[in-house]
Amino acid sequence: MTPTVRFKTVSKRYGAATAVDAVSFEIEPATLVTLLGPSGCGKTTTLRLIAGLEHASDGRIEIDGRDVTHLAASERDVSMVFQSYALFPHMNVLENVCYGLRASGRRRAEAEAMAREKLGLVGLAGFEARLPSELSGGQQQRVAVARAIVLEPKVLLFDEPLSNLDARLRRRVREEIRGLQQQLGLTVVYVTHDQEEALAVSDRIIVMNGGRIAQDGPPRALYERPASRFIADFIGNANLAEVSVARLDAGRVEVALGATRLVLADTEAVAGPALLAIRPTAIGWGEALVGQVAKAAYLGSHMEYEIAVPGVPEPLFAIVHDVAHPRAIGASVAIGFDVSGLALVPRD
Amino acid sequence: MRIWAGLLWAAVLLLPWYGFEHLTWSAAMPLVAQVLAGRWWLAPLVAAPLLASTKRPGLWIGAAVIGLGWLAVEGLAIIHHGWGFSALAAFGPGPSQPALGWGALVYATACLAVAAYGLAARGWLRGDVFVAGSLLLVVGAIVLFVAVPVGTILLSAIRDNDGRVALGEFADKITDPSIWGLACLGGERACGVAWNSLELAIIVGVLSTLLGLAFALIAQRTRFPLPGLLRLLSLLPVITPPFVIGLALILMFGRAGFITNFLYAHFDIPRSRWLYGMEGVAIAQVLAFAPIAFLVLLGVLQGVAPSLEEAASTLRAGRWRIFRTVTWPLIRPGLANAFLIGFIESLADFGNPLMLAGNFNVLATDIFFAVVGAAHDQGRAAVLALVLLVFTLGAFLAQQRWVGGRNYTSVSGKGDSGIPAKLPPVLHGVCLAVVLPWLVLTVVVYGIIMAGGFVDSIGRDNSFTWKYFLTAFSIERGVGGWFLSGSAWSSFLTTMELSVVAMPLTAAIGLLTAWLIGRQRFRGRAAFEFLTMMSFAVPGTVIGVSYILAFNVPPVELTGTATILVIAFVFRNMPVGIRAGLASLAQVDRSLDEASATLRARSFRTLRLVLAPILRPAVVAAMVYSFVRAITSVSAVIFLTTAEYNLSTVYIVGRAEIGEHGIALVYSAVLIVVMALALVAIRALVGEQKIGRRSAMVNS
Repeated sequence: MTPTVRFKTVSKRYGAATAVDAVSFEIEPATLVTLLGPSGCGKTTTLRLIAGLEHASDGRIEIDGRDVTHLAASERDVSMVFQSYALFPHMNVLENVCYGLRASGRRRAEAEAMAREKLGLVGLAGFEARLPSELSGGQQQRVAVARAIVLEPKVLLFDEPLSNLDARLRRRVREEIRGLQQQLGLTVVYVTHDQEEALAVSDRIIVMNGGRIAQDGPPRALYERPASRFIADFIGNANLAEVSVARLDAGRVEVALGATRLVLADTEAVAGPALLAIRPTAIGWGEALVGQVAKAAYLGSHMEYEIAVPGVPEPLFAIVHDVAHPRAIGASVAIGFDVSGLALVPRD
Repeated sequence: MRIWAGLLWAAVLLLPWYGFEHLTWSAAMPLVAQVLAGRWWLAPLVAAPLLASTKRPGLWIGAAVIGLGWLAVEGLAIIHHGWGFSALAAFGPGPSQPALGWGALVYATACLAVAAYGLAARGWLRGDVFVAGSLLLVVGAIVLFVAVPVGTILLSAIRDNDGRVALGEFADKITDPSIWGLACLGGERACGVAWNSLELAIIVGVLSTLLGLAFALIAQRTRFPLPGLLRLLSLLPVITPPFVIGLALILMFGRAGFITNFLYAHFDIPRSRWLYGMEGVAIAQVLAFAPIAFLVLLGVLQGVAPSLEEAASTLRAGRWRIFRTVTWPLIRPGLANAFLIGFIESLADFGNPLMLAGNFNVLATDIFFAVVGAAHDQGRAAVLALVLLVFTLGAFLAQQRWVGGRNYTSVSGKGDSGIPAKLPPVLHGVCLAVVLPWLVLTVVVYGIIMAGGFVDSIGRDNSFTWKYFLTAFSIERGVGGWFLSGSAWSSFLTTMELSVVAMPLTAAIGLLTAWLIGRQRFRGRAAFEFLTMMSFAVPGTVIGVSYILAFNVPPVELTGTATILVIAFVFRNMPVGIRAGLASLAQVDRSLDEASATLRARSFRTLRLVLAPILRPAVVAAMVYSFVRAITSVSAVIFLTTAEYNLSTVYIVGRAEIGEHGIALVYSAVLIVVMALALVAIRALVGEQKIGRRSAMVNS
């Protein structure tokens, strides 16, 4: 099957600065792929390269098998939901949604019928005559989505669509976007800097750092098998500890962390020094190591601790769901590990 | 594309090739007929329509290059009295041809369009024909009507009166003691005109900046009881013809002015001509330009985030310390900006020196007298214009390079709920002491302007009279019905007509340019921006002289026509449109354009359906300012008016010079009222914006 979007060693330079550095990837039809990374990593530039709002300095971009590298945005079969929504303030909701259809040469009556259908789909039937300024943020966002999907584009692009919504609304809107994508079989490229949001909505995540792809894979693979220190830190906020690895057999290794030995299922790691990523939730009360509580915070549903352990340079950050028996700062505690929350990361 | 190829064919087959107004039959023949009639050198121009009718974009570009290139070459080489270049004299007396006309205009325009199609088809500007065409059109227009005339000044300056290049003579002329002499330092004779202009410009720049600052501090930082008065004051210079203030000052402080009379009668202060000289010009210019500095500095003061001053006060700083250590450093770039604007305006000002300078010569008026005076020395005019141009361009570059890069405006888009710090009491007192007398002076000056035309002889015989108004604007019933018998009607109607014609053109080209600069990305954009912005700094007098030098002879002969007045209006006032457009575009988030592009709309559709409606206030503002500035301009057009096409300002200057102050004042008052009405009407029309623009600009 032809991938809907294909990047072949695409670079984008602004003068001496390189925003996107020889990036290659493919996006399969009817999937939701997230571009994730810290600010300045090149994810938004990559999205804008797909849209045609920026033009590649090098490389080749294909949409549905067609070379679009030098095509203007208006000539590409993509549409985009902007971070600011970019609704035209002087047009009402219906005119906004019709805009792309009219520009593509559809007749007014036909365009309005299609627009009304999509407005119904996003739950805004009856709002046709409102101006954008008369809508709430969430409603504006739905108009922006309706305006983009009514063109039935090959690719639908989202640029941080949730960043202007309050925290409560975010979860709901992100579920709606994912629902719509699956219901209509849309190919979506979604940019965010929020790893939780990325994990929640994506079929696949492309993590970018410094203009390059740091890791590319399904959410679970990224979380459970981070390919680098950067990924382990960025996704899931893992503790990273220097360890030494000894291979037990083909499927298991023994890891020396401070004074304890942990046995992990792993087929790839080689014997010698390595990094161990320890998820905060994988640390609990047990008897593997003894340490001292350096910081403690009560967050209602759980406790957050920093625990200093002899032999481990950085204090370990732990999320413990037992809020009934909090440990005081300075208290001596014994901790254990849930090995499913541990992963070996190559040292880089 | 077919339309433009068709227009090319029409230009060569149908339209009159030579002449715009008052066509003769031989000139009006189309190009093909001209070739058959013996003008063989026009034949290569037929190549353009032929090439443009093919289907190969490469050939379209070739068509435009050949068409425009050959048009320029043959046009400059063969003029109405034979060869245009002395080097060609070796070939005998040479043929002749009149100035280009409608056919040539359509031909050149179509060539630009064909080039745009060709370049767009080859991927230039991402294949956007509209952007390519607009860019070529704007660059072509600016080159023809700004760069070429200004270049002509340079050429005339380095040539002697027979048209030969004479660098030695140029060196003499440019270093002439009448320009650069420093005799006045020894206290003997007058200094050179260049030093006079510089001295005046620096004094006016400093004074108008300080006055503007005092006004701005009073308006923004104190509870001044009459905020409306200050607003009105800031509007006045826009609708005041520049020389009128000088006229009012003469009526007050001149030898026979009523204040002079009063002082003489009651205090025995002798009459003198002190007003005629640098003092008078400086006072008039400060009166005229301080409001501009006020507007600039008001904006700067409003840009200082109150929270910074509040932060300083919570850090134990008193009012003086806050002003000295926070406010002042933050507004310093604004002060430099206001100074440079006053400096440039003073150098370029023509009307007030004309009225008041007496024996104190400045560049702007000397240029005029070199052209129209007894000497009639265009070479000297060109040299003086060159010096003036270097001064204003230098100041402009300083403003762009030095001030432009240091913008300390600290208010962000987010709300700042702080309260600006109060002024230190001493500073407050100083500001009031400066502002109040100045306000009184301004009110009196405008009182004279508005009322002076309706009294018999201001100061001496203050009885009300309609006689000046009737002389200028009477309507009588004659044999054929009502007719306009007043002496001012002809120039008044011409002014209105030409200003109205220039209005949409100025706004359109200004806003189109702003859109190209603000919203399009292309190679050479910085150079393009610089070229357009540079036309800000070309003084009106220089434009006037350059148009005379450049458009007095074929290939482009326009002097004496109404067209050249409209062109002068358009290219003098275009920068206002560009500024209005750039400022408004900066308010519209770029994501709106991008959203439109991802929704399949090309640039023209985006401009028409998205930006134009949002920018409607800017469009209207640009039209109004273009209208008002066309009416008030005098420096550029005084060279270009004729008996047939006289303009209000030129008429008023003429009346004032021969001492008919009553008519001059009544006419000025009528103009001011007309322009004020236009401003009010437009404000009412545009009104409050109903569109909530914020929604689309969250996070912009």
